[in-house]
Amino acid sequence: MAVETPLKGNIGDSIKRKEDDRFIRGKGNYLDDINLPGMLHMAIHRSPFAHARIKSINTDAAQAVPGVVAVVTGALLAQHKLAWMPTLSGDTQAVLATDKVRFQGQEVACVIATDPYVARDAAALVEVDYEVLQPVVTPQKALEPGAPLIRDEKEGQKDNHIYHWEAGDKAKTEEAFAKADRVVKLDTFYPRCHPSPLETCGIVADVNPATGHATLYMTSQAPHAHRTLFAIVAGLPEQNIRIISPDIGGGFGNKVPIYPGYVVATAASLLIGKPVKWVEDRSENLISTGFARDYYMSGELALRNDGRMLGLRVKMLSDNGAFYADAQPSKFRAGLFHIVTGSYDLAAAHVETDGAYTNKAPGGVAYRCSFRVTEASYLIERLVESAALEMNMDPAEIRLKNFIQPEQFPYMSATGFEYDSGDYPRAMQVALDKLGYKELRKEQAEKRKKGELMGIGIASFTEVVGAGPGKHYDIVGLRMFDSAELRVHPTGKAILKLGVKSQGQGHETTFAQIVTEELGIPAADIEVQEGDTDNTPYGLGTYASRSTPVGGAATAMVSRKLRDKAKKIAAHLLEASEADIEFDHGKFFVRGSPSKSKTIQDVAFAAYTNLPDGLEAGLEGVTYYDPPNMTYPFGTYLVVVDIDRGTGQVKVRRMVAVDDCGVRINPMIVEGQIHGGLTEGFGIAFMELITFDEEGNCLGSNFTDYLLPTSWETPKFEMGETVTPSPHHPIGAKGVGESATVGSPAAFVNAVIDAVGHLGIKNIDMPVTSDKVWEALNKVGAAE
Amino acid sequence: MGQSITVTVNGEQKSADVEPRLLLVHFLREKLRLTGTHIGCDTTHCGACTVLVEGVPVKSCTMLAVQADGQQVTTVEALAAGGTLHPIQAAFKQEHGLQCGFCTPGMMLTSIALLNEKPDPSDDDIRWALSGNICRCTGYMNIVKAVKSAGAQMRASAAVPEAATAATRS
Ligand code: FES
Ligand code: FES
Repeated sequence: MAVETPLKGNIGDSIKRKEDDRFIRGKGNYLDDINLPGMLHMAIHRSPFAHARIKSINTDAAQAVPGVVAVVTGALLAQHKLAWMPTLSGDTQAVLATDKVRFQGQEVACVIATDPYVARDAAALVEVDYEVLQPVVTPQKALEPGAPLIRDEKEGQKDNHIYHWEAGDKAKTEEAFAKADRVVKLDTFYPRCHPSPLETCGIVADVNPATGHATLYMTSQAPHAHRTLFAIVAGLPEQNIRIISPDIGGGFGNKVPIYPGYVVATAASLLIGKPVKWVEDRSENLISTGFARDYYMSGELALRNDGRMLGLRVKMLSDNGAFYADAQPSKFRAGLFHIVTGSYDLAAAHVETDGAYTNKAPGGVAYRCSFRVTEASYLIERLVESAALEMNMDPAEIRLKNFIQPEQFPYMSATGFEYDSGDYPRAMQVALDKLGYKELRKEQAEKRKKGELMGIGIASFTEVVGAGPGKHYDIVGLRMFDSAELRVHPTGKAILKLGVKSQGQGHETTFAQIVTEELGIPAADIEVQEGDTDNTPYGLGTYASRSTPVGGAATAMVSRKLRDKAKKIAAHLLEASEADIEFDHGKFFVRGSPSKSKTIQDVAFAAYTNLPDGLEAGLEGVTYYDPPNMTYPFGTYLVVVDIDRGTGQVKVRRMVAVDDCGVRINPMIVEGQIHGGLTEGFGIAFMELITFDEEGNCLGSNFTDYLLPTSWETPKFEMGETVTPSPHHPIGAKGVGESATVGSPAAFVNAVIDAVGHLGIKNIDMPVTSDKVWEALNKVGAAE
Repeated sequence: MGQSITVTVNGEQKSADVEPRLLLVHFLREKLRLTGTHIGCDTTHCGACTVLVEGVPVKSCTMLAVQADGQQVTTVEALAAGGTLHPIQAAFKQEHGLQCGFCTPGMMLTSIALLNEKPDPSDDDIRWALSGNICRCTGYMNIVKAVKSAGAQMRASAAVPEAATAATRS
């Protein structure tokens, strides 16, 4: 009789998540759940204007409210050299405005009080005398000659231009265009949207006046990097700063930057000598912290008449807001925008990107993507759709004709990325078969005859994740490696400590599974710890889907390090030569006689009790892993929509998502990540938009105006997979957290364009709302 | 300026002097230190703060503590009776219905109210009932699955009278 063995948690096992128990019992420990004795509360007074000179600030009325302990202004911070701070991309940002305010919602003063309600009451009483200046709200306007200078405090800053960056070969690209039979062009805008994790940002800063130790509980996706920055900003000795990232209620890039609230709360705690808590409300989060996107893109594709792509030319302009404050690998200043050749074998490409300051909140965080790969992927997938439409080709066929072929890997892209592995045609075929593509095309043709609008959208994306390597990628000089420390105790139970930090991705489970695979210790016996800088090895953190590609690799490598030592101990226990010892699923045995074996638990005990001469006691180690390359997950997403001519309403009938993220550690968690990413992609495509009026007023500052998808609108997803391991990752995993947000917006929009393209509608910018669709239909006389 | 109120929270009577403007969610989180109820939006949109008031799901960021005077309130902390998970909790774990877990308490309480009213809901029933609860991580599919499977579980155990679940009796 077959005995069912319980899942041990090897790679490929969909074991249930270890972290769930506390969350389903309401016992998670999120930032706002932290309360320290004597703790004070902070509220922020924010600018109502987008651009205004500060003439004076009067804090008397605020100060007079019973319960108010202090009112902090920029002038006070300036006395401690804290009025300005460096940003993650090497710019400077006002902590509290002193000279002028540069976006609506900018932090001007902070009130510290014994009660959060009192702090808010008093913050409303801070009086600021503003001289209103003309705001600049688009990057195009910002770059016009004579535009008001936003960063007039920056020495040498003559205009609102931040950077110009190029990639690829200009001459070769010109040649390709000269040879082309035709050129297809697309101008599109990837609008400002917001990651909006359900938990907002916050801090509890606890500086001990007696010891000078600062314990900062922060919603931080990168606690180690943040600690170093705090040391630099505040001039505190780094060893005296401890950042603890507790449970985090979603991050998606929003919790990567350092926000003024974190800095002021820390300064206030330092000055007052008591813990200070600051937690954003939702409006503050939407108005002032971590927008994403806001890229104007123009792409041109040079093609032969048979649909073969010859070259790509791209110009883009980004709106970075008043401070260039997002995380940005400094050696690639425009982020990974240059991954814009996507899944296609393009001999030549040239990309130019520019960034501009505007009177908007500092934006451009990489919302669930690696430093702007989302924008790049959107552009190329929309451009290919445009080419198919203009050339009257099937959008699947034109892609198949141009894909990089499996045997071409490793593949060097025209802009200098070395793709590790891939099989694009196969992923697409799996998706097409699952959808029943051919039948649906027939149905579409039938419907079209009857005047009904139905579309099939395709996006065959290539993602790039796992930043480093350190020689190419850094954040403010910190090389992008990551780390793992593993300790196996005498009873064979282990603690794994990581430099990365989960915000819901299930690290406590999947990282334990890597150790299970490599050492044979059951996942249930492995405690995974993250997010405490005193207690975990230095790492760059969790964003850009880098946990599995980098932290996961570090975990596999440290496990192997321990396995090597364990082998020596096993040889000693088995009285054999180390060279004769083999390891399989947690057992060491002498080659040829598997019956005589020692388990990893036996060996762990011996590591503390019975060691061979000359070997150090214990079984522990640490690995800092600097990846040799990034990893390149990919996939094909297919969307079927029906559009109502009377209302412009788009109904997503089906969505098939085939992802290849290399080896899947826990398929259940991988699928969950894809569900989440597709939902966010759906929201970006159809609903989400932060708008500003001409005065720079933010018009989407709460969830009434900023629409996020709920269970009611969100479509069902049909999942599929292929597995093409990464050749350079120790376990072949590529990372998956952001693939779906990167790949899906183009698939959704392409489906809409596929439905209406034959009517002459070539583009509708996101969010593709029913009114925009109806307007477009109306314009070509096709609305009902 | 305080007003004295008595609220039965998770079966226990709690009395306090509160400001009339104090929100129920702050009463639960700050005064009673029941931090399982979360705040995600302050404007009645996200549902992270959902609790049951007299068995009805209520967004506790939109109700004043004084309005709960004399009423029964159930929070996530009451769901696992004596350490045994409520079927909805077990199902959320089983079906991978959560990631960061921030929306989860609100999601579960809304689901319980639905299942009490409609023990065998369709997918659409569930999606409609949960449309006031935003989740940014999980994509809803597994949440719907979890509610369905909890419903099946609860119907099965309701057939055995003494196994009737304790979670919503408070
Ligand atoms: S916090 Fe109450 S509904 Fe969002
Ligand atoms: S699990 Fe993160 S918001 Fe729902």
